[in-house]
Amino acid sequence: MSEKTNRFLPYMRQDRLPHIFCPGCGNGAVMNAFLEAMEKAEMDFDNIAMVSGIGCSSRIPGYINCDSLHTTHGRALTFATGLKIANKDLDVVVFSGDGDAASIGGNHLIHAARRNLNITMICINNNIYGMTGGQVSPTSPKGIVATTAPYGNYDTPFKLAELVAGAGASYSARWTTVEMENLVLSIKTALKNPGFSFVEVVTLCPTYFGRKNNLKTPTAMAAVMKANTVFKSAAERMSEKELKDKIVVGEFANKQRDELSEVLEKFSIENSGGKTAVNSAYETEF
Amino acid sequence: MRTEIRICGFGGQGIILAGIILGKAASLFDENEAVQTQSYGPEARGGASKCEVVIDNKLIEYPKVQDLDVLVAMSNEALIKYIGDLKDEGTLIVDPGTTDVEDVREFIDSHNIKVYEAPATKTAMDEIGIKIVANIVMVGAITKITKVISKEAVMKSIEDSVPKGTEEKNIAAFEAGYALVE
Amino acid sequence: MAEEYFIQGNEACAKGAIVAGCRFFAGYPITPSTEIAETLAHDLPKVGGSFVQMEDEIASMGAIIGASWGGTKSMTATSGPGLSLMQENIGYAFLTETPLVIVDVQRGSPSTAQPTMGAQGDMMQARWGSHGDYEPIALSPASVEEFFYFTIKAFNLAEQYRVPVFIMADETMGHMREKMRIDEDRIEIVPRKRPELTDDYLPFKHVENGTTPMPAFGDGFNIHITGLTHDERGYPDTNDPETHSRLINRLCGKILNNRNEISSVFHQFCDDADTIIISYGSPIRAVIEAVLKIRKEGRKVGYIKIDTPWPFPEEQVIELTEGAKNVIVVEMNLKQMYWEVERILKEKTNVHFMGKIGGLLPAPDEIIYEVKKVEDK
Repeated sequence: MSEKTNRFLPYMRQDRLPHIFCPGCGNGAVMNAFLEAMEKAEMDFDNIAMVSGIGCSSRIPGYINCDSLHTTHGRALTFATGLKIANKDLDVVVFSGDGDAASIGGNHLIHAARRNLNITMICINNNIYGMTGGQVSPTSPKGIVATTAPYGNYDTPFKLAELVAGAGASYSARWTTVEMENLVLSIKTALKNPGFSFVEVVTLCPTYFGRKNNLKTPTAMAAVMKANTVFKSAAERMSEKELKDKIVVGEFANKQRDELSEVLEKFSIENSGGKTAVNSAYETEF
Repeated sequence: MRTEIRICGFGGQGIILAGIILGKAASLFDENEAVQTQSYGPEARGGASKCEVVIDNKLIEYPKVQDLDVLVAMSNEALIKYIGDLKDEGTLIVDPGTTDVEDVREFIDSHNIKVYEAPATKTAMDEIGIKIVANIVMVGAITKITKVISKEAVMKSIEDSVPKGTEEKNIAAFEAGYALVE
Repeated sequence: MAEEYFIQGNEACAKGAIVAGCRFFAGYPITPSTEIAETLAHDLPKVGGSFVQMEDEIASMGAIIGASWGGTKSMTATSGPGLSLMQENIGYAFLTETPLVIVDVQRGSPSTAQPTMGAQGDMMQARWGSHGDYEPIALSPASVEEFFYFTIKAFNLAEQYRVPVFIMADETMGHMREKMRIDEDRIEIVPRKRPELTDDYLPFKHVENGTTPMPAFGDGFNIHITGLTHDERGYPDTNDPETHSRLINRLCGKILNNRNEISSVFHQFCDDADTIIISYGSPIRAVIEAVLKIRKEGRKVGYIKIDTPWPFPEEQVIELTEGAKNVIVVEMNLKQMYWEVERILKEKTNVHFMGKIGGLLPAPDEIIYEVKKVEDK
């Protein structure tokens, strides 16, 4: 009997599988896209440190065989900031969801973008709180039904990729889980970009978003998502009315500027005569 | 012997720096003990500012004023507020340009307070040409009047505490203050 | 040869951190602790370290945890309002056994209250501020020099037990200047131990009353650190009562079962004392002055200076107060450490309280009055 195995399995903590994601959940697809982008970018898997907060997508680092820090809700970027500054040679990747990154962690998100610290952040946006059972999130489209918006969501959602670009990230993009090729290439660009890089991936939560909003199957959800996806270049020629319910994909920032860990290292080297503090906790003499 | 000095005035007059200079002089350059504490309001400029220096030849436990020996007032508001803490026969040093001792005459007379007038602000303007060294002029006067810290120690402390490049002007201000009183 | 400085407590703390090997500081400006951040912003790059001003105290606490796992000794400093914001991540540091130092320069509280005035109202927040069961270590310095040495000690304890360590100072201690003597012979640094890279390494190994050496991210261990209840590998195991109980009992046990090693007191005149005054931080200086004065009047009064409020030095306090008729707890709050003293001594002696809030240190005369009131009742 031959079992079909995922070719990325060697990168996983196999003793932690199976994962907790529901059937039809987009998290697995994003994890695959990430691992493929890692290969395409020729990243050293031994040098990756992954950081996450709380939520379904924040469980991803736990399944990948690397140093991983599964932190408190919304605060992944703050932990990642200390980790990256302590050892700037690590490739630090943050996985987050829409609630984690944009609600409880919203302030950290804009400040991380402002600092332009060389971290890659992948925000899996399923427009809902999945782990706690289907509550409205700051990216939930207006009018959708959620357990905490039983009469329809009355708030206007954040446009995360645009928000992060506006806050100063040197790379920001949005894609969906229905066009994997672009997503992989974008994550590859993000991993290579020496600054704060943000990739928003709009995805499906059939369990809590679909069932509440008349999208009965993952396939139905994917079809609607595909139909609603518009490239940024096309969107620029569309009216506000035409853009209603559309998911605009593309790059919203791709421009390098000064990066924090380089600047801090420069301060150290200039002021200390060449010293850095990497792994200094293990030293006996100061 | 324990000596307690309180310098008070407005935020921005350099009250706290004056206290630091005295404390450092006694502690590091005279090899005595000194503790400097401060209290201030939320205003960086213009609000009430108070700085206390306790000097002793033995280890200082309680760091705050208990029995005030010397009150230095650089604002009238501070003079009125703190005069009541001065002990009998204590020493009051005021800048007559910024205070009016007549406002506390009754206390001075009934508690046999020794009053010294040191026109620090005017001296700073007239002799050094800049108002901001009034605090250092006052440090000169305090050094001369109280005799708890040596002149040499205070001069070393000023050189150690003021911004680089301003040492000369500050020492001149100190000398001017030292010469103000007999 | 000892070097002498005339500096502020907050500056002494920053200098102690540098000497202890701290090479990362993340913080947010707050009176009366800000000089610690300012001094380290200036001094850390000079030793190859980094300072970062974060967007708030939650972020500061997160950043120092991240930096600690990055292989760098790290610290933050704050006051009550900031400590409140840090609490969730402080609990994370306890559960993940992350060594770091948190300095709280206490001010009048609760809420914004008195930013420039001293207080000791956060003692129980250091003890119980984060949710759940954990055992903190907290040190309270009572002089500028102690602020320097206690900061080094805090880093050493943090590494030794893989825990966050609090320094519970107060505004008076943070802002006062006095002579500080640094004697190199008195300085001992505990470096982090690096584990051996073996297949059976367990980052959260069950060591009775202890902990296990931790690697840095990038060392090749591929460890998983989580704030969820985890097994010895660090993997989440949230539904097994036994895993949770074993983990939390070990984390508490490594402090409680070593409390006599960790906790310390300084005391004088307790042998024959009728009355013993217990205090910590700035107010102990008023207590010592009062005790020296009142003993001249022939009263047998001693004092205990608590250097480590947490874990509370129970055995030392019980032993030292043996035979005393009265114990008075002096602190700048409305009963916090008092409850610890009352809990352990109420069956043995009379425990009294003298608290002062509002921002001023208790005066020696006020303490003498209290002693007389208690003794002459």
